Amino acid sequence: MQKKFNSDRYNPLNTVRDALSRRTFIKGVIACGTVAGTAGLMTGCSENGSTPATGSVERLVSINVNGSIRRVDVLPNETLAQTLRNKLGLTGTKIGCDRGACGACTVMINGVTHNSCSVLTHSVRDAAITTVEGVGGPNGELHPVQQAMIEELAPQCGYCTPGQVVSAVALLQRNPKPTRDEVRQGLSGNLCRCGAYNNYINAVVLAAGRS
Amino acid sequence: MTKDMMPSFNLFQPADIESAIGLLTDAGDKGWAIAGGQDSLDWFKDRIKRPETVVDLSGITALKGIRETADGVEIGALTTLTEVENNPIIKEKYGLLSMAAARVASPQIRNKGTLGGNVSQDARCWYYRSGLDCYRAGGNTCYADTPEGMNREHCIFGASRCVAVSPSDTAMALSSLDAQMVIQNAAGETVVAAEDFFIGPAIDITNMNILKPGDILTAIRIPAKWAGAKFYFEKVADRNTWDFALVNIASAIIEKDGIIEDIRISCGAVECVPKRLHVVEDIVRGSVANEETATLAASAASRGAAPLNYNHFKIPLMENLVKRAIRG
Repeated sequence: MQKKFNSDRYNPLNTVRDALSRRTFIKGVIACGTVAGTAGLMTGCSENGSTPATGSVERLVSINVNGSIRRVDVLPNETLAQTLRNKLGLTGTKIGCDRGACGACTVMINGVTHNSCSVLTHSVRDAAITTVEGVGGPNGELHPVQQAMIEELAPQCGYCTPGQVVSAVALLQRNPKPTRDEVRQGLSGNLCRCGAYNNYINAVVLAAGRS
Repeated sequence: MTKDMMPSFNLFQPADIESAIGLLTDAGDKGWAIAGGQDSLDWFKDRIKRPETVVDLSGITALKGIRETADGVEIGALTTLTEVENNPIIKEKYGLLSMAAARVASPQIRNKGTLGGNVSQDARCWYYRSGLDCYRAGGNTCYADTPEGMNREHCIFGASRCVAVSPSDTAMALSSLDAQMVIQNAAGETVVAAEDFFIGPAIDITNMNILKPGDILTAIRIPAKWAGAKFYFEKVADRNTWDFALVNIASAIIEKDGIIEDIRISCGAVECVPKRLHVVEDIVRGSVANEETATLAASAASRGAAPLNYNHFKIPLMENLVKRAIRG
């Protein structure tokens, strides 16, 4: 009789035990700023001269993300999604369409949901930004919405999940007991290509019922 | 991915209207005013519009907020669509605008997008949007109005070389509320009716409104005349969220003893500008708001329509929306 997985190499359960996962590696590289590709992405855009005009914005700014003030060098033409992912290592925020259509990059700005791909970072210097990394508890506890999404099997491929979480958390902050239709409206700016909309809605209704 | 980094520009964030006008006037046609940025950033990312100077108006508090005035209400052009939708004055007295604002795009876009930006956004024809050298882009052809052109979403009225339609939802409501647009530039302030603010291709094929470089739409005023009228707004789109209208309708009716005393009705996504249906207004004024009046008005609404290959459906759609609006 032959076993399906006759080698540890093919056991998918073992890959999560790897000391250095792909995700940790990528995030570490972003923090060091050593990947040539990323560096080129951010500097290669200044093709029409690097001297800013008088009165143009200062590049070194402080932004308030998930309750901490982060100093960061921000280009005038940089979106919040790019700053969060490429410079602050907050890769929970996904970039899907990069055109404000899919909602994968949803973050809260002063408690209100925005598509971070369609916000210039310089326009939110004085605002409080909450990403999906900031919705849970201080010791990594899941937000009730996240817990409910796990239980309701809401994420399939998971790419839209951070956006769905942020939209749902923002909805429950302003309306703790939404009707199913209000949940539907609240999540209507987040596309799910797996089509797990009902699972997401079930989860938010469940989370609202528990609080 | 690299395509998504916008080409560089100098970003200015003035704190008052005068500085913004100064910056935009100096920059001329190399300048760009950005409000919510939900239209502008797409243009920059696609590298079709490449301004050297971008003036971010979002820090100017004088451009935000909703104030009741002696003869109506004044809405700052940078007030977000979510604020317009939920404002108690707008909801209670000018509910038509609240209903229209609620149907724009998605919650995230309404939270950032502004009323001024929604009415000033550019045409959504995908040939134009993809950077082709069409009439609207200053070229000498139209890609939509050809035998093979995909023109299901395009106009059935007022084509003049270009067949793009007005993409806004709030513009129809403002047109039906007799709104006034307040424009400021270096020479001072001008106030124009919403009907004169929007322009079709026969007047200026490269602009959908009268704003010129150096102009800022600062506020929108709605007269008290239509406060508390009977309102109807409906938007038909392929998707109920994010999508642009295939046809939308906005009407305000003042009734007395069951008789339609006065009416404004505007239809969107059928022409390059919000289409005021004067014929419908003339037919129903003085009549009882019933099925018969609605049917008569509907049959007149689409008179003169010249559909393209793929958008004949807009004629019955428009007629039915008019019927529903009159019937209430």
